[in-house]
Amino acid sequence: MRVAVRFFAMYRERAGVSHTEVDLPDGASPAQLLAHLRSEYPSLPSEAPVLIAVNSEYVSDEAVLQDGDEVAFIPPVSGGER
Amino acid sequence: MIRITPNPLDPGEVTELVRKPSNGAVVTFLGTTRDLFEGRDVDHLEYEAYQPMAENMLQQIVEEIREQWSIEDVAIAHRVGRVDVGEISLVVAIGSPHRKEALEASAYMIDRIKTIVPIWKKEVFQGGEVWVGSQSGEAVPPPSA
Repeated sequence: MRVAVRFFAMYRERAGVSHTEVDLPDGASPAQLLAHLRSEYPSLPSEAPVLIAVNSEYVSDEAVLQDGDEVAFIPPVSGGER
Repeated sequence: MIRITPNPLDPGEVTELVRKPSNGAVVTFLGTTRDLFEGRDVDHLEYEAYQPMAENMLQQIVEEIREQWSIEDVAIAHRVGRVDVGEISLVVAIGSPHRKEALEASAYMIDRIKTIVPIWKKEVFQGGEVWVGSQSGEAVPPPSA
């Protein structure tokens, strides 16, 4: 199956692209996708926290991806308490 | 009204959207670009949104406020792109019959925006830039929608 990937903010800058497409085995999870992306884009933050959205909804990183999904990696949002 | 725009925000226009005779209280919150970030002089900010999802999440928060306080009149405008120091990046206007609900809902909305809405802020200063939030230790858990 193939999924679309969106990067934002620091992830976009580190990847050097705002989106890509990835072929994955059926039943793959966002965690597996992220591991794949970290090998393809070694500059992606390896430890910084990130949330995952599939088709604009937050999901667990153990969710099951479907062919055609749009997966977005969402680093912590804008804050502003400081 | 939910609006994410690269254009300057007009707080008066947003506020008028929630003013009506049945609302005895209107609370308008402005988020503005501060000139100092961790001791450094900020030149400007850059906001980036995952636009359709950001709009969905703002709509979700509007629904939460409707359920929790029975408030119907909420207007939100968030700016994206370059925002200079002193300019307005966020306007939230809430109207309700009485002030207590409007004040509570306003505080709730701003906290929720900063937690679940995928809009990022980069501080650009002399000699550097940093994504705010990108180096803090904790990810926000997914909301139990």
